[in-house]
Amino acid sequence: MNSYKLKHGITLFVMLFLLNNITKAQTDLDAIMMEKNRFCVGPSYMNNSWKNYWEGTLKRDNANLGTVSTQSYAIMGNYGVTDNLNVLFSVPYVSTKASAGTLKGNKGLQDLSVFVKYLAMEKDLGKGTFSLYAIGGASVPLTNYDADYLPLSIGLKSKTASLRALVDYQVNSFFATASATYVLRSNIKIDRNSYYTDHMIYSNEVEMPNASNINVRAGYRSERLIAEAVFNQWNTLGGFDITRNNMPFPSNEMNATTIGAKVKYVLFTKHEFAVEGGADFTISGRNMGQANNYHGGLLYVFELKSKHSNEKSKEATK
Amino acid sequence: MKKIILNTILYTSAIILLLSSCSKEIEGRTDNVAALNPINPDENAGTWKTILLTAPNEIIVPAPAATNTPDYVAQINEIKSCQYNLSREDKEIVKYWSAGAVFRWNEILRELVAKHNLPPYQNADGTYPIPSATNPLAYPLFPFANPPYAARAYAYVSAAQYDALVAAWYYKKQYNRPSPYQVDTTLNVLIPKSPLSSYPSEDATIAGVCAEMLKLLFPGDQDFIQQKIEEHKRARIVSGANVRSDIDAGEALGKAVALKFVARARGDRAGAAVGTPTIWAQLETDAITRGETPWISLESPKRPPMLPLYGNVKPFLFDSLTKVSLLPPPPPSTNSPQMQTELAEVLDNVKHPTREKTAIVHYWADGVGTSTPPGHWNAIAAEDFISKSFSEVRWARNLALLNMSLMDAGIVCWYTKYYYFNPRPTQLNPEIKTLTGVPNFPAYISGHSTFSAAAATVLSHIIPEKAAAYDAMAKEASMSRLYGGIHYRSDCEVGLVVGKNVANYAVQRAQIDGAE
Repeated sequence: MNSYKLKHGITLFVMLFLLNNITKAQTDLDAIMMEKNRFCVGPSYMNNSWKNYWEGTLKRDNANLGTVSTQSYAIMGNYGVTDNLNVLFSVPYVSTKASAGTLKGNKGLQDLSVFVKYLAMEKDLGKGTFSLYAIGGASVPLTNYDADYLPLSIGLKSKTASLRALVDYQVNSFFATASATYVLRSNIKIDRNSYYTDHMIYSNEVEMPNASNINVRAGYRSERLIAEAVFNQWNTLGGFDITRNNMPFPSNEMNATTIGAKVKYVLFTKHEFAVEGGADFTISGRNMGQANNYHGGLLYVFELKSKHSNEKSKEATK
Repeated sequence: MKKIILNTILYTSAIILLLSSCSKEIEGRTDNVAALNPINPDENAGTWKTILLTAPNEIIVPAPAATNTPDYVAQINEIKSCQYNLSREDKEIVKYWSAGAVFRWNEILRELVAKHNLPPYQNADGTYPIPSATNPLAYPLFPFANPPYAARAYAYVSAAQYDALVAAWYYKKQYNRPSPYQVDTTLNVLIPKSPLSSYPSEDATIAGVCAEMLKLLFPGDQDFIQQKIEEHKRARIVSGANVRSDIDAGEALGKAVALKFVARARGDRAGAAVGTPTIWAQLETDAITRGETPWISLESPKRPPMLPLYGNVKPFLFDSLTKVSLLPPPPPSTNSPQMQTELAEVLDNVKHPTREKTAIVHYWADGVGTSTPPGHWNAIAAEDFISKSFSEVRWARNLALLNMSLMDAGIVCWYTKYYYFNPRPTQLNPEIKTLTGVPNFPAYISGHSTFSAAAATVLSHIIPEKAAAYDAMAKEASMSRLYGGIHYRSDCEVGLVVGKNVANYAVQRAQIDGAE
């Protein structure tokens, strides 16, 4: 019953932004599905900034960068192909800036992300409902931006493919969700034709280590209000440390643990118009900034096909 | 429908698992270079003009034992026993070193420079520590291999290798002891056979030079360097190219020649190039007295200027009076309309950079953590020399000409920079945000431009058919500094002229050194 209601709910859109602008549309990290033929779309804004960062495991600041901030304006969408299968996308425009020093910030369209989310199983368990999701994702850079300009590049430029298992358990209006993701990252090309990692490489191609992500979230979830606490752990599976007083590099080992909170509220249920916002704070990391992340967005849901044809197709599948 | 989706997910996971086990390892351009097989062995290189050696036989190499002695036979047997159980590692080192000894040591040197090209982090009081050669592994690590330091390192190693190889060639001809594979024709040889005598080993001569030179230049990396030396010598025995006495004689020769260069380096005034707080303050006062805006560090906290007395280092290609004569006329006054025009051009360049220009900026930046602009030009030269199949001695001669030019270009460039002490564009207009890091020394003249024109001039003499390409590369490297917002047009254009003027001394030397 409860989960049926949830399918009417509007999906959350949140950006999780780490030092190097690793973007995640958070809908692919939650246990909420759009109903068949319904489309959710909206703009979002994200502000991420850090003053301290980890050079390897050493925490430091840098007076020649001051505070590094990243702003992202994104359009995100989620379409219900069926009640159990959603397709999600996001397209962010990113701009970066350092408050001190002479380096110029960068800006531009970053990566298109697409996710396919499948509700594989849903059953009553004890007092609540248990559900299991499989989520496949892919991302590609939309422009030929320069990844080798950290910490002011707008992204890492890797093409990615990811696979995630997500479980959710809800009792009345309280829920907990956990997911684990494996991210394949393609090698990238940089403007230089040689570079030093922990040894010299005479190529413009950079080997990018794959990555993993663990996300745990829990809180209150009803038709109008979702309020949750979020824990996230991003790890690259390989890479090297920034050496003392060196610049960061795309294939560094980049890890970050963040905690945060998020709220979404549906303003008008008739048109399903909602606002959402939240914050995340980095509690530990490696070769990344200790970022504070604030985000907000608007969400609007509508039918892509008429109710009539929708009903018809439902009949047909029965 | 459900089945299709489930299958899709299953297949996707299978593909992801498969892909994740795929190797993403990068193959570098020089990882699999073919074995060097010189077109011309340069038999008479023992007569070529040396740099520091007064004569090719200044260092005595004793006559080798005859090939029919039991000792020599035992040395042949050493090769055979090594080859009997050839390990994968042995095959790899033979393949690696057979690409060329001068070439591989040049690559190793570039790698050491890149590792050490890191400015020290400041002290708690905002001053900066200075790396110490006597305590190289304590922070800040010694050396800070910035462009002047690197240019000098490349020059000493290349010049010492050249002199040592001229001597090696002299003794090859004098003693003319046959190679192990000429003595024992049943010997399995894993590298291209040379028509020259194998005594003394040219490879071991080069390794011996590097052993001594790198103790001076990279004293904190001895474990890495010694491992490379051992691998290199073993590769020559395992491959059947040399017997142990070839190696021992070559190594001893290389070390003895290198010690002459080490002695020169200890007295070339590079050790005092850092300067003192009094000297740093004086540079500022002098510029103000001349009515100019003095250079000020744009780093926070303000870092002392990089090696202000490097301009006093003893050049290889000319004396210090000639150096003074190579000083270009002053830059536009910081108060002049000309400077305002040039400043406006810099601002215009950084306001709306195209992706193409940004790529040029980053391609040539060669900043922190790289082998520096001189290293970049060594890489360009090396990759072109590979296709020319030069003999080891010609490789060394060409790299010595290139690197003596780069070092001397650095000396004249640094002399100019601190003679005029001219500010960077961002200092005069903080609105100028740069596309790459601002180097911590005065603007006029551009180091990249001076280095690049010097390199292009020497390389054009060595490989004339590529002259136009080298010239275009030098100009692109030069303009990349304007595109990046860290140099005015005058810095770049005058830098190109000065670099060419310096390198002409190397070209003059090349014409009379006996190799052409």
